[in-house]
Amino acid sequence: MSAIGIDITGKQFPARAGAPAREIFRDFRLDVAAGEFLVLLGASGLGKTTLLNIIAGLDTDYRGAIRFEGAPPRIAYAFQSPRLLPWRTVLENVALVLPSGAEGREAARAMLADVGLAELADAYPERLSLGQQRRAALARAFVLRPDVLLMDEPFVSLDEASAHRLRDLLRRLIIRHPATVLFVTHDSREAAALASRIVRLEGTPVHIARDIRVDLGAAERGSPARLQAFLVAAGLAEPEALSDEV
Amino acid sequence: MSTASRLMMSALSLLALVLVWQVAAWWAASPLLPGPAAVLAAMMRAAEGGALQRNIAITLARVAASFVIAMLLGSAIGIALGRSPRLNELFGPWVIVLLNLPALVIIILCYVWFGLTEAAAITAVSINKIPNVAVTMREGAAALSRDLDEMARVYRLGRWKLLRHVTLPQLVPFFTASARSGLALTWKIVLVVELLGRSNGVGFELQTAFQMFDVALVLAYALAFTAVVQLIEIGLLQPWERRVNRWRR
Repeated sequence: MSAIGIDITGKQFPARAGAPAREIFRDFRLDVAAGEFLVLLGASGLGKTTLLNIIAGLDTDYRGAIRFEGAPPRIAYAFQSPRLLPWRTVLENVALVLPSGAEGREAARAMLADVGLAELADAYPERLSLGQQRRAALARAFVLRPDVLLMDEPFVSLDEASAHRLRDLLRRLIIRHPATVLFVTHDSREAAALASRIVRLEGTPVHIARDIRVDLGAAERGSPARLQAFLVAAGLAEPEALSDEV
Repeated sequence: MSTASRLMMSALSLLALVLVWQVAAWWAASPLLPGPAAVLAAMMRAAEGGALQRNIAITLARVAASFVIAMLLGSAIGIALGRSPRLNELFGPWVIVLLNLPALVIIILCYVWFGLTEAAAITAVSINKIPNVAVTMREGAAALSRDLDEMARVYRLGRWKLLRHVTLPQLVPFFTASARSGLALTWKIVLVVELLGRSNGVGFELQTAFQMFDVALVLAYALAFTAVVQLIEIGLLQPWERRVNRWRR
């Protein structure tokens, strides 16, 4: 686990294919405590994925700095699509991020059992359902024992029952393998179900509109009505909005 | 269709071709169009002293050598051009020039510059094939998945793992395509190279038979060699393709 200091003085998307240049971040600061489960909530296209990519080191075209407390952290990233290698089995996909060898394969097999994919270890990803592929991607992220876990709408385009099961799984995995988590979503109910802190982002360039601590017990997180009550009290949802916010 | 019935259909189709040939030979009634029996007899005669086998083996060795060289160099060049727009701007036009240079010109130049040697022959065949491989592989390398590349970078896979598990598997379809068209092209050019500047191999034997108007021997060599190439295709290329494609739904 490590704390993260995010300080982006400037990030622009250059003008391309008719779209004008856009300033996404200007003097954006956010400090994430070690072990925090921080959910970044905001509309699509705001720059949330760009923020994760900057933290992951995939996007280096910005001004500012990302500071990690202590030793350079092991970073795992669950992308919006599972991004598994279709030509490698599920087991090989998970073992890939560990040093090669029998030890890595054993660790990968154990992690697959943890996410409920033990039987599908030797299948190829395209034979799996989307929910199963997302489980495999979670296994790949956790098998690394990451200090920092970045998640970009990892449960999007699943039916509510599957998404619910995956959120439960994620909570269990986090308890077993604590990490500093940055979780991007546009679904406030999902945010309340998982987060220890919700940061609502708005505008161009992006600024922090709300910064809310979430102190809910397991029972409250499991109940849609209680979650809704929390969201209304926090000003993240309208009282009558009971339907899914998409 | 099952494998057995597919094989059956192929066999029937080939048998029909032999029949058409037989009828044409009867109708022509000329030594310039020998029938299947005469060609088979010529094949047996050539095989008796081991000449047929020896020459096919020599030609196959040349095909193998130039094929491997062309696939390796062509892939390396194609991947480099596909990955770097800069390199592609600089050297892309060279590949196009080479691609459009007639095979015969390359063969003649190699023999003139390097002498009538084995090395010159294999170089000539390789140079003919390299631009084809490079163009196909360039296409594949330019279309590599950015998503998977980012995944590999986040998880710090390292050069060797990246190449083996992420990059090369994406290039397999392009590699197979160029290997397949490559094998056909290579062995045809090898025959020309042998005809022009070697004193053995199937190409040389064909030239000798041509000078004596021995059409039966020409057909005997052609059929025997085609059969060998078909065996390589069925026995080597197709199983390999099935193996690397087993993950597809």
